[in-house]
Amino acid sequence: MKTILTLLAAAALAAPAAAEVATLNGAGATFPYPVYSKWFDEYHKVKPDLQINYQSIGSGGGIRQFTEKTVDFGASDGPMTDEQIAKVNGAVVHVPTVLGADVPAFNLDGVTELKLDGPALAGIFLGTIAKWNDPALVQMNPGAKLPDMAITVVHRSDGSGTTYCFTDYLSKVSKEWETKVGKGTAVNWPVGLGGKGNEGVSGLVKQTPGSIGYVELIYAQQNAIAYAAMKNKAGKFVKATIPAVTAAAAGVKMPKDYRVSITDAKGKDAYPISTFTWLLVYPKNAEGKGVVIKDFLRWMLKDGQGMAPALGYAPLPAAVKAMVAKTVETIQ
Amino acid sequence: MSTAVAPVRTSPAERGGARVPGPRERAGDRAFRLVVSGFAGLILLGAAAMAWQLTRGSWRTWAAFGPKFLWTSTWDPVNDVFGALPFLYGTVVSSLIALLIAVPLGVGSAIFLAELAPPRVSNAVSFAIELLAAVPSVILGLMGVFLLVPAVRAVEPFLSRWLGFLPFFRGAPYGVGLLAAGLILAFMILPYIAAIAREVLLTVPRSLKEALYALGATRWEVVREVSLPYARSGILGAVFLSLGRALGETMAVTMVIGNTPKISASLFDPAYSMAAVIANELAEAAGDAHLSALIAIGLVLFGVTVVVNGLARLLIYRLERP
Repeated sequence: MKTILTLLAAAALAAPAAAEVATLNGAGATFPYPVYSKWFDEYHKVKPDLQINYQSIGSGGGIRQFTEKTVDFGASDGPMTDEQIAKVNGAVVHVPTVLGADVPAFNLDGVTELKLDGPALAGIFLGTIAKWNDPALVQMNPGAKLPDMAITVVHRSDGSGTTYCFTDYLSKVSKEWETKVGKGTAVNWPVGLGGKGNEGVSGLVKQTPGSIGYVELIYAQQNAIAYAAMKNKAGKFVKATIPAVTAAAAGVKMPKDYRVSITDAKGKDAYPISTFTWLLVYPKNAEGKGVVIKDFLRWMLKDGQGMAPALGYAPLPAAVKAMVAKTVETIQ
Repeated sequence: MSTAVAPVRTSPAERGGARVPGPRERAGDRAFRLVVSGFAGLILLGAAAMAWQLTRGSWRTWAAFGPKFLWTSTWDPVNDVFGALPFLYGTVVSSLIALLIAVPLGVGSAIFLAELAPPRVSNAVSFAIELLAAVPSVILGLMGVFLLVPAVRAVEPFLSRWLGFLPFFRGAPYGVGLLAAGLILAFMILPYIAAIAREVLLTVPRSLKEALYALGATRWEVVREVSLPYARSGILGAVFLSLGRALGETMAVTMVIGNTPKISASLFDPAYSMAAVIANELAEAAGDAHLSALIAIGLVLFGVTVVVNGLARLLIYRLERP
């Protein structure tokens, strides 16, 4: 009831100033949806006369709607490709907002700690490493009792930014993966079962002894699923944590357009299967809208970032934040 | 995705065959006629628009792959190579498994309810069956994930031990796969078949049955000689209606089928269905070729249901005119 009243009050306040922008519409990625909806909610408290609507229809849909100019901003877990940018005549600003990570979740009786490196993970998902007691795995995990058991691979069946990040990583660490499978929001999986969403993958992993799949970090943490530590580029085994994900972002050279992959990043504490997620904004907006968007993005960098860790997202590293702040000022 | 439900045999006169020329058509009558024929026309228009839109949206795929799209098995959104066969296979086979299980069960229980059960039992059970038919499929899917899949996983090793000489019952017991999908679909369409078949069996005229009883026929003979032949086309209608639902089912299937576009003889292996791949990949299909291929899958699914409907019509037509 209170919210309805607030909304009515907001509508009443907004009504007289017809020239003021009262709503912004956005659509896109589902992966950052929890933190985005938190932000839009909190921002609405700061600016009661502005309502930001966000439809989490998926990154693909977000890019499509952004291209067709049916929304004020888009959102995507993967940067737009050169081909896609050409379709909007280059008129897009990628604004990185937060970071997320994928973890290899596994279900193996009596094993709680598992260490993997990139080639081994690629081997498992290619089907070339088919047993848990494969020499490559045994060598990496001297303490663990790895059984003589077939590995059941579980992957996402729905197209997803999580899959993009994961296959992007595998493409970087394995030539064979890059040529045979490649990276994308949905790929031609050589082996395994498909589960729908994080919950589908984790459900299959939990139910199937000897299985391994990948889920978002926050999902694995909330559901207490065992996940492996990954060997990063510096040769150190790192278990995914929010600081480790931010460290991955700090370890890359940021290009001007922010379209960067931070999988397999340098830095000794960097977690290698991490990714940015982006808002897609037009560099030139309709009368009045640019100011509103700019204001929101400023707030997102200043106040919004602090809300991310509680929801399982890693905030931007300081250097990136400073760089984005400058870019935001160029939006018209 | 509706399928023809055959009416029980009636003569043209009963159906009100030709329009009875009443008193002169008044303005109101004419308006009424126009309005309702407009409604009927809208349905046709809707179907045509659907076919047109699907064809247009998938044009890129047909131009790139031609009819080969239907019988190739690679589904690679990274390199934009698409083939629909594994999905076609998964949809058709899971639906056939469902029919194989649900038709005998459904028709059997309908015979019990219509012919043998005391009216109170019959009504109570029929009510429960109709309730089952109204359960949303995502609920059935949840049940599938938490109950059916573990059960199938537990049963599969036994099946392969005793029936492993058949290629259908081999392989690793994942639980998810064609078998689980077929079972969940069977569970989903069973109430449809049972409820409609019961209704149809109840329309069999008493006089016919009593005549046969008078000749000294047993219950089984009455069911076999009178009830089933009389209700045949209605029951077939129920079966095809259910098949239509099974072919198009999305949620429950995608939750238990394993979502792997591979064709394998074993029912234990994970598979994929047409509706499931569309639901899974549409939201994140960023590339135009990928999107077009998914719409092409939609067109194929549309085509399959049209063919099934056509066959149903043909079959019922044949049965009605021996």
